[in-house]
Amino acid sequence: MLHDLASAWRPAVTLGVAMFAITGLAYPALVTGVAQTVLPYQAGGSLIVDGGRVVGSALIGQGFTRAGYFHGRPSAAGSGHDAMASAGSNLGPGAQALHDRVQASVAALQAGGETGPIAADRVTASASGLDPHLSPAAALAQVPRIAGARGLPEPRVQALVDAAIENPCLGIAGDPVVNVLALNRELDKLKG
Amino acid sequence: MTWQGWALILGFTAVLGLLARPMGLWLFALAEGQAPAGLRWLAPLERGLYRVAGVDPAAEMGWRRYALHLLAFQLVTALFTYLILRAQGLLPMNPLGRAGVGADGAFNIAVSFVSNTNWQWYGGEGTLSNLSQMLALTPHNFLSAATGMAIAFALIRGFARTSAGGVGNFWADLTRVTLYLLLPVSLVYALYLVASGVPQTFDAQVVVTTLEGATQNIALGPVASQEAIKMLGTNGGGFYNANSGHPFENPTAITNLVQMLSIFLIGVGLPIAFGRAVGDERQGWAILAVMGALFLTAVGVTYWAEAAGNPVLHGLGLAGGNMEGKEVRFGIAASALFAVVTTAASCGAVNAMHDSFTALGGLVPIVNMELGEVIVGGVGAGLYGMLLFALLGVFIAGLMVGRSPEYVGKKIEAREVKLAVLAIAVLPLMILGGTALASVLPAGLAGPLNKGPHGFSEILYAFTSAAANNGSAFAGLTAGTPFYNGLLGVAMWVGRFFIIVPVLAIAGSLAAKRQVPAGPGSFPTTGPLWVGLLAGVVLILGGLTFLPALVLGPVADHVAIAAGALF
Repeated sequence: MLHDLASAWRPAVTLGVAMFAITGLAYPALVTGVAQTVLPYQAGGSLIVDGGRVVGSALIGQGFTRAGYFHGRPSAAGSGHDAMASAGSNLGPGAQALHDRVQASVAALQAGGETGPIAADRVTASASGLDPHLSPAAALAQVPRIAGARGLPEPRVQALVDAAIENPCLGIAGDPVVNVLALNRELDKLKG
Repeated sequence: MTWQGWALILGFTAVLGLLARPMGLWLFALAEGQAPAGLRWLAPLERGLYRVAGVDPAAEMGWRRYALHLLAFQLVTALFTYLILRAQGLLPMNPLGRAGVGADGAFNIAVSFVSNTNWQWYGGEGTLSNLSQMLALTPHNFLSAATGMAIAFALIRGFARTSAGGVGNFWADLTRVTLYLLLPVSLVYALYLVASGVPQTFDAQVVVTTLEGATQNIALGPVASQEAIKMLGTNGGGFYNANSGHPFENPTAITNLVQMLSIFLIGVGLPIAFGRAVGDERQGWAILAVMGALFLTAVGVTYWAEAAGNPVLHGLGLAGGNMEGKEVRFGIAASALFAVVTTAASCGAVNAMHDSFTALGGLVPIVNMELGEVIVGGVGAGLYGMLLFALLGVFIAGLMVGRSPEYVGKKIEAREVKLAVLAIAVLPLMILGGTALASVLPAGLAGPLNKGPHGFSEILYAFTSAAANNGSAFAGLTAGTPFYNGLLGVAMWVGRFFIIVPVLAIAGSLAAKRQVPAGPGSFPTTGPLWVGLLAGVVLILGGLTFLPALVLGPVADHVAIAAGALF
């Protein structure tokens, strides 16, 4: 038994070092090299450049507060949409804090003139706090506010939402979505 | 629930059924020491590694030698990771100047990754440098997976061999699985993920100015290379805190589907490889049938609970299912399915926050882990865990009909049954023992974010996840304290290696036995009767121990919410 163990250390150390070099250095370096050469946009974080300025990542939600923009979901990442500190709220289903937070969000929406049932994603925090999407219903509910703030006819704003709906695999692999940042950039183009 | 949701769940299951056989043949060839035809050009690298290590890949090891060499490798590589994390502040590729990780935290991470748990008390993007992510963590994603499969190979050989002294060569198993399966698949998989939007760069962050003029710093890094093996090796340790819920780890509904498939890919192949090795593939399909039945039951409950939603929020005027802690691009069905897949396997990656699931939706992941993650399970660990239950199953069947039990041509005697019980007793001991300690000590009670029964569930989930080597969490628990880092570290180590050693002992004991041909009195282990019996053994022997704890946590939570109580 002791002999068995004594003979284990040399392969443990040498194969350990070799495997760390292969899987921990060579493999990620190879993937990085190929990705940066062939797929530089995605490998760099799908960054959107507008007039020489990086305005965001197509995949990362950012905070919107102005009445003339679509607002994304509540975020528990840092102090909100902190892409250095992704996080969900982790509040349990029966947490008083969850109840109070959602109640306040609902009250704010109703004070803004919204009626009827509220899409669940609108007032719930996402898993990452960086969810770039809304459900189509959650976006459409904001059309009157945005049209009013921008002085646009509602059908024009609604048409933007309709055109932005992505529905992969008939909604089987996942739910239909609209990308909030993409939608808001379209809004800014309308204005211009 | 929607037809699309069920189409996803059933389609997912069907695709895995189709992948099981080709994957099983690949694994069977690896266990036999053969490299797949397209990868033979890697053979010089394989031989070079043996030469450097000074090992003869053809030398058979007895189970004790196999176990000791395996354990030595775990200790040495855990130490590598511990040292890299401690020295993080002094090492290169650290543009954001992340400091070295504290002793208790580095101990916890090293044990976590070496044991294939990938429990994370820290948020990756806020704690680790790119070098640590690559060099301290990614190697274990390969090596802990290869170790699990090596043990499964050894146990398969125990069943398949006759009057043999050895169960294989650990170094050869480890090297072949890494070179001829995990590395090539990960390479292709990582590039697919990059094409879908997962970053792969040595930059640590980019600073953007949002449409409203605010500054947003976005963490970047070599994400795709870690993500691929994180899923394939059922590791589950995320580059980012939000794991596969983060849009950079899992950007689309399609990547989500591929990630779920890749968690189960190797696990569904192993029972087929086992069946081939013992000369009767139906033995493998019977095990897969047990796994499939338990899996679909678990998915059904979770999907139903999450789609029904949270009555507290319905009372506030919200429509639809429970979306707290879920991403819109996945929705309810793909989040519920992911939660079941990741806890049925010992993966522990999450695409939604389990802490915010409904009480019953969150109960299922806990039960999955407490059953020992034998529903497909972790790579290697799922098969050897299920075979432990199979040994107990034939033992119980033997008691009922008064015959000495046999399984796939081997007599099952007192030694094997004792060892199997020993291995199965590890989980209750660590889960219930750890939860009990943390529920009475002030350092433990300081952890939970939520109050009431859900707070208890957070503690129970943590010890369940650690001991079962899963790694997912009810993440409201503040686990980055010396108390939790230490105790959960012990739970992870014991939960991994105190099961592995008895499994290898069983492998050695079986290998030494002669084959006994099946006679008219042999209990058939391929038909529906066996599938039902084995599923029952898993649920009763694996699950019943935990019932009181589950009643105190998720069940009490559910009843309280139904009665309108908030905490």
